[in-house]
Amino acid sequence: MSQRIKFYQTGTLTVGNRLLDAKDRTVQATLDRGNSLTSGHRACQGCGEALGARYVVDAAMRWADNRVVAVNATGCLEVFSTPYPESSWQVPWIHSLFGNAPAVATGVRAALRAKGRTDVKVLAQGGDGGTVDIGFGCLSGMFERNDDVLYVCYDNEAYMNTGVQRSSRTPPAARTATTPPVGNSSGNVFGQGKNAALIAMAHNIPYVATASVADLHDLEEKVTKAMGIDGARYIHVHVPCPLGWGSPPHDTIRLARLAVETGLFALFEAEDGEVSDVTHIRRRLPVEEYLKPQRRFAHLFRPQTDADAIGQIQSIADRNIEKFGLIGRNG
Amino acid sequence: MTKATHQQNLQGNHACALAAVAAGCRFYAGYPITPSSEVAERMSLELPRVGGTFVQMEDEIASMGAVLGASMGGIKAMTATSGPGFSLKQENIGYGVMAEVPCVIVNVMRGGPSTGMPTRPAQGDVMQARWGMHGGYQIIVLAPASVSEVYGQTVRAFNLAERLRTPVVVLIDEVIGHLVETVRIPDPGGLDIQQRNWAAVAAGEYQPYAAGDDMVPAMARPGDGYRAHTTGLTHDESGFPTQDPETVERVSRRLLGKFEHHRAQIDQFEELQTRDAEILIVAYGISARAARRAVREARSKGIKAGLFRPITIWPFPQQALTKAAKKAKRILVPEMNAGQIVLEVERVAGRGRVKGINRIDGQAVTPSDILEAIGTGD
Repeated sequence: MSQRIKFYQTGTLTVGNRLLDAKDRTVQATLDRGNSLTSGHRACQGCGEALGARYVVDAAMRWADNRVVAVNATGCLEVFSTPYPESSWQVPWIHSLFGNAPAVATGVRAALRAKGRTDVKVLAQGGDGGTVDIGFGCLSGMFERNDDVLYVCYDNEAYMNTGVQRSSRTPPAARTATTPPVGNSSGNVFGQGKNAALIAMAHNIPYVATASVADLHDLEEKVTKAMGIDGARYIHVHVPCPLGWGSPPHDTIRLARLAVETGLFALFEAEDGEVSDVTHIRRRLPVEEYLKPQRRFAHLFRPQTDADAIGQIQSIADRNIEKFGLIGRNG
Repeated sequence: MTKATHQQNLQGNHACALAAVAAGCRFYAGYPITPSSEVAERMSLELPRVGGTFVQMEDEIASMGAVLGASMGGIKAMTATSGPGFSLKQENIGYGVMAEVPCVIVNVMRGGPSTGMPTRPAQGDVMQARWGMHGGYQIIVLAPASVSEVYGQTVRAFNLAERLRTPVVVLIDEVIGHLVETVRIPDPGGLDIQQRNWAAVAAGEYQPYAAGDDMVPAMARPGDGYRAHTTGLTHDESGFPTQDPETVERVSRRLLGKFEHHRAQIDQFEELQTRDAEILIVAYGISARAARRAVREARSKGIKAGLFRPITIWPFPQQALTKAAKKAKRILVPEMNAGQIVLEVERVAGRGRVKGINRIDGQAVTPSDILEAIGTGD
C-alpha cells in the first residue's frame, strides 16, 4: 500500500470499510476475523478501551497464530472483561496486580524461553494509572532489560475503575474526583504531564508507538509491526472514556480524532529511540473543539470562558505540533 | 468532650475526612483504591479550603512516604487506603514507628488476600495491622463501629499519634465506610485536640530522641535552627545510628515502653451487660453491631448474654476483657475473617470456652449468625 487510507476519508465510520477495496479493509471488517476479546463483557457504552483492546489483541493473535499469553494489570479492562460468564478472553490470561504487570510478563517470557517456546508471544496490558503511575518502576525495568514483551497502555487519562481520580496522564485543568476546581484552581494542575512514550524511547528499546482508537487501521498496523520485533516494545493507545470525560458514548471516536487533530495527542512511531514516522494532522483545529464536548472541561466555559486555561492547553498542542512536526508539507 | 454540635448525614469515608480536617490534619497524600477512595476525594475538596495540601501520589508507597515527609515537615498528615495499598505501605509505616513520625493511616478493609473483593466487606487486616511490618514493635489500631464513631476515632487517632509520636491505624469496615448515618459534629473549639509537642529547649541543647518522664521525645520545628537527624536505623537520643548493645537495648525498650506508659489513654472499649454475662460476645467494628442486637434478643429470651467491644483493638485490652469475661461460661468471637482476634481472646481467656463465628463469604456477620451460635432454641 503506497498510502495508508484513513477511515475518515470515507466520511462515516460505519460504511468506511465497505467503500474500501477488500485488501485495504481492517481485518475486523472481514468475516474470518479473529475475536480474541469477545462481546458480552461489562464495559460501558462507547468504551474506547474495549474497542482498542479488541483490535490490539486480535492483531497480536493474528500475527502469532493465536499463540499469545496476555498479562493484565488491575484496571477497567481487567474488571469489565473477566467476571464469569462475561469473560471475554480467548487467550491464556493472567491478572497480575496493579503495578507489576511488566514484571509478571518478564517472568512469563523467561519461563517460555526456558521451555523452548519462543513461538509464544507475551502481551502485557494496563491502563494509564497502572502503567505510568504505580507500574512505572516495573515498566522501566522491563524496558532496560529489553525483555521480549509487547506492553500496551490504554490511556483514558484517569483512574476510571475506582471512580475517576486523576492520574499523571490526566490533562491540565481536567476535573476529576480528586482534582475538583476549588477557588481559583481550574482542576488538575498545569504540570508538564508524563509522556510515557517519550520515556520509553529514552530506554532505546526497539519499538515505541502511540496510537488512537480514532484510527483503528493504524492501530492494527502498529501492533502487527511491534509483534514482528524482538525485545521490549511499547504502544500507548489513546482511548476516550464517556464516563470519566463526561461525553456521550457516540462521541468516543470523534473525541479521539479531535485529540489528534488539535495536536493534543501526537501519533508517531519510534525505532531504537528515534522518531521514525508521524501521522500528520489533516485539518488543524483549535483545542476548544476538543475541550467543549467534555464535561470534565465544562468549568473552562461556564460561567465564563477561562481564556487563560484554554490558552495554556492550546500552547501544549502547539508545542506538540512543533516538536513532532505534526503539520505536513501540505498542511 | 463535646459541647455544641450540629447534625449531618454522612458516609463513613466522608466523616473520616471531615474529622481529620477538624483534628488539624493539613496534608493528605493518597492513591485511588476501592473502597476508600471517597476519603481522598473529600480531602481534595476540603483541604484547599483550609489552606491544607492534597496530593494524589503516583502509588501507595509514595503516598505513605509523602505523609512521613509532611509530618516531619511540621504538619499533621494522613493517608487512606485498603488492603493491597496497606500491604504496600508497610515498610513506610515501619519507618514511621522507628523514626517516631506522628501520622494517621486509614485502612477501609475489603476482602482479601490480594485483590480479593474490592467492594465487599471483610475484617481480614486485623492481624496485618498489628504484625504487618518486620521487626518487633508496638502500634495503635482503632476500630470504629459506626459513622459517628469513625468521626470520633479519627480525631482520637490524630491525638494519639501526636501524644505518642507514632503512626496510628484506623481500621474501618467497608460497610461503615459506605454507610450513611447521622453524625453529631462538634462545632469548632468543641473538640479536644492534641497539638504537637514542640521542643522547648534551646536549639543547641536539643536531642531529637531524648525523652522525658512521658517517654515521648519532643519534636523540633523545622526551620527554627534545631539540628535533627532522622533515620530508620536504630539510633540513640542524638538521632545518629548506633549498634552499642546497651544503647540499643535502652532505646528499644523506650520505643516499646511508651505505649504501656500511656496505656490508660490508649485503651478504649465498650461493655454491654457484661456484669452477669454467662455468654460473652467479643466483637469489633460492624460485627459488634450485629452482636449488640444478638445480645438484646438473647436477653429478651432470658439468656445472660453480654458484649465486650474493643474500640482500640491494638494494643489489645486484655485486662478489661479478663474482667468482663469473669463469669462467662462461653465466649463467642464473631469476625469477618477465618479467625484473627479470636486468637487474642483465647490468649487472654483460655482456649476452652472461646469459639469463633467466622464469615469469609464477603458478607457481614448477622445477628442471626450470632444467635444461632448462642443457641436460643429458635
